[in-house]
Amino acid sequence: MIFITAILKEMKTMNDLVSALSKRWFGASDRKMHPFRVIVRKEMSDQIRSWRFIILITIIALTCFGSLYTALANMSHAVKPNDPEGSFFFLKLFTISDGTMPSFTVFISFLGPLLGISLGFDAINSEHNRGTLSRILSQPIHRDYIINAKFTAALATISCMLFALGLLVIGAGLFSIGIPPTPGEFMRMIFFILLSVLYVAFWLNLSILFSVLFRQPATSALSAIAVWVFFSVFYPLIVNLITKSLEPSASATPQQIIAFDHFRLGLMRLMPNQLFSEATTTLLMPSVRSLGPLTMEQMIGALPGPLPLGQSLLLVWPQVTGLIAGTLASFVISYTLFMRREIRPR
Amino acid sequence: MVSVPEIWKEVTVDGSIIELKGLTKRYGQFTAVDHLDLSIRKGEVFGLLGPNGAGKSTTILMMLGLTEPTSGSVTVCDLNPATDPVGVKRKVGYLPEEVGFYDDLTGLENLTYTACLNGMSTGVATEKAIALLERIGLGDEKNKKTGKYSRGMRQRLGLADVLIKDPEVIILDEPTLGIDPAGVREFLDLIIELSRENKITVLLSSHLLHQVQQICDRVGIFVKGRLLATGDIKTLASELFRHAPYSVEIGLGNTNEVTDDQAGQAGIDLIISSIRQIDGVTSVSETNGMLHAECSRDVTGKIAAAVISTGAQLTSLNMKMYGLDDIYYRYFEGDEDHE
Repeated sequence: MIFITAILKEMKTMNDLVSALSKRWFGASDRKMHPFRVIVRKEMSDQIRSWRFIILITIIALTCFGSLYTALANMSHAVKPNDPEGSFFFLKLFTISDGTMPSFTVFISFLGPLLGISLGFDAINSEHNRGTLSRILSQPIHRDYIINAKFTAALATISCMLFALGLLVIGAGLFSIGIPPTPGEFMRMIFFILLSVLYVAFWLNLSILFSVLFRQPATSALSAIAVWVFFSVFYPLIVNLITKSLEPSASATPQQIIAFDHFRLGLMRLMPNQLFSEATTTLLMPSVRSLGPLTMEQMIGALPGPLPLGQSLLLVWPQVTGLIAGTLASFVISYTLFMRREIRPR
Repeated sequence: MVSVPEIWKEVTVDGSIIELKGLTKRYGQFTAVDHLDLSIRKGEVFGLLGPNGAGKSTTILMMLGLTEPTSGSVTVCDLNPATDPVGVKRKVGYLPEEVGFYDDLTGLENLTYTACLNGMSTGVATEKAIALLERIGLGDEKNKKTGKYSRGMRQRLGLADVLIKDPEVIILDEPTLGIDPAGVREFLDLIIELSRENKITVLLSSHLLHQVQQICDRVGIFVKGRLLATGDIKTLASELFRHAPYSVEIGLGNTNEVTDDQAGQAGIDLIISSIRQIDGVTSVSETNGMLHAECSRDVTGKIAAAVISTGAQLTSLNMKMYGLDDIYYRYFEGDEDHE
C-alpha cells in the first residue's frame, strides 16, 4: 500500500514537471509565438491525431518488429568466422533476413514512400477544398509560410517517428543480443536513419507537389502512388529491357563491358529507391567498397576489411546528393506554383 | 510645424481608408475588373452590389494582395497590398464567401489559432476568443467541433474570426449566402452593431439588394467589371428616376353603383384624366383596376382629393419609394441596351 502511494506521488511530481516543462518549451500562456511556429505546431498535432498516421505507424512498427524478429532468429547463422564484418555484428540487425521476411532496410525503402506520400498528398488541396486556405492567407502571414510549415511539420513528424523506431530497434537488439554497439556502429545507424528521413522527405515533397497541382486529394494521392509504383516495379523492367538489347557480346573488350555497366547503373540510379538502397547498403555493410564495377587491378593488394565511417560516407555522397537534389527540385516547383497561384475561396 | 508627409497622412486617414484608382484585372482576354475607381471613407458601411461574376470577389482579392492587379493601384489603410500584403492583412479582416474551418477543431480552437497567427500569445488569444464567442452568441457551442456547426453558426464564427484581430476594415464577401431570412437579419444586425461599437469600416459585397439596402450607408453598383454608380440609395434613386422619382399606387373600389363594364371604364377614364390635370403628375396608367401615377413631386394629397371629387371610392393610396430592386433592374436594363 505504501509502495503504491509512493509510486502515485512520484507520478504526480513527474506530471507537474512535464507540464511545467511543456509550458516552458511550447510557450503555453504568455509568450507570443512566431506565426510560422504556430502553423507548424498545428500541422504536427493534426498529423499525429489523424487516423492515417496512426494506421501507418502501426503498419510500419509491426513490419519493423517482424523484421527485427527474423533478424534476431537468424543472428547465429549470420556470424561466420573470418567475416570482415564480424566486428559490425550489431548492424546485421538491420540487414539480415532468412528470406521469409525482408530486412529492416528493405521495409523502410518500401514503406517510406507510402509514409511520405500519405503525409503530403492533401497538404494544399484539402486546405483549399475546406475553404480554410483563403481564411488563413488573409491573416498577416506570408504565403510561403503555409507550404514551408506543411513541409517542416511533416518532416519533423517523420524524423521523430523514424528516430523513435530506429532507436527502439537498437534497444530491442541490445536487450536480446546483449552486446552493445560500438560508437562506429551507432554512428552508422544514426546516419542510416537520417538517410531514411531524407528518402521519405523526397516522397513527401513529391506528394506536396501533386497536392499543389491537383485540386482533388484523391487524384494527387493516386498520381503520387503511380510514380512510386512506376519506380519500384516498372522502371527496373524497362531498364532491363533496354540493357538486354544493348548487352555486349562475350567477345567485347573490358572497356566496353565497363562502359555498358556504367550505362546500366546510370539508368538505375535515376530511381530514388535505387539511390536509397545503395546508400543504405554501403552505410550498414562497412565491407562494401564500391558501388560500381571494380577491375582486378583495383582489387589487387586490397585487404578484405571494413571501411571507416568517413570513407563509407564519402562513397554514398553522390547518392545522398542525388536524393537531396530530387527533394529540392520538387519543393522548388511546388513552391513557385503555390506562390503564383491566385487563392480563391473554394 | 508638421511636415508635409504627415499632413498628407492626416488627410488620407480622415478621407478614405480604401482607395482604388484605375484598377484593372485581366485573365487572358477576359477583363474581370475594368478601370475601377472607388474610395471608401473611414467608418462607413459600403455595399458593393452586383450580380454573380461581376468582379466583386476579384476586387476584394486585389485589396488583400491575394492576387495582383494587371494595372492601377490599390491603397488600403495607406498601404499597398501588392507590395505589403502582410501589413494590409494585419489591419483588414476578410470573411470569404464560403468560410472554412478546421472541422476537427472546436470553435474556440479555430479562433485561437487565428489569433495566434496574428501574433497574440495563447493566453490572450484564448481569453479574447471566449469573449468574442460570447458576444456573437456561440458561447455555449465553443467546445463543439466546427464540423457540427450549422451554416449560420459557421458564418457567425467567421465574423468572430474576422474581428479577433481588431481590424480597422472588415471585408465581407457575400456573407449571408445560404443563411435563412431570420438568420440573415440577425447576422446583419450583428455586423452593424459590432462595426459601430468598434468604429470599423465595413465593405460588404452582395448580390442581394435588400440586405445591402438595410445596412449600407453607401452602395456601389458593379456590373461586368465596371462601377456604374456610387452613392447612398436616395441619391442613386433620384439620379436614376430623375423625371419621376415618386410613384403612387391608387386602389379604387366599385365606382358609384355602376355595374356594367362600359360605364365603369368611363368612370376610370374620368378619374385618370382628372389625376393627369394635377400639376406634377407626369403619367398615369391603369392595370387591373389599380392606377399608377408617376410624379415629379409628392402630390399624394392632391391625387386623393381628385379621386374623391369624381365620386369614386378610394380604397388605397400607396406612395412607393424606389428601392434597390428598381435601381438594380434599371441598371441592368441600361447595361443590356449597350450590347
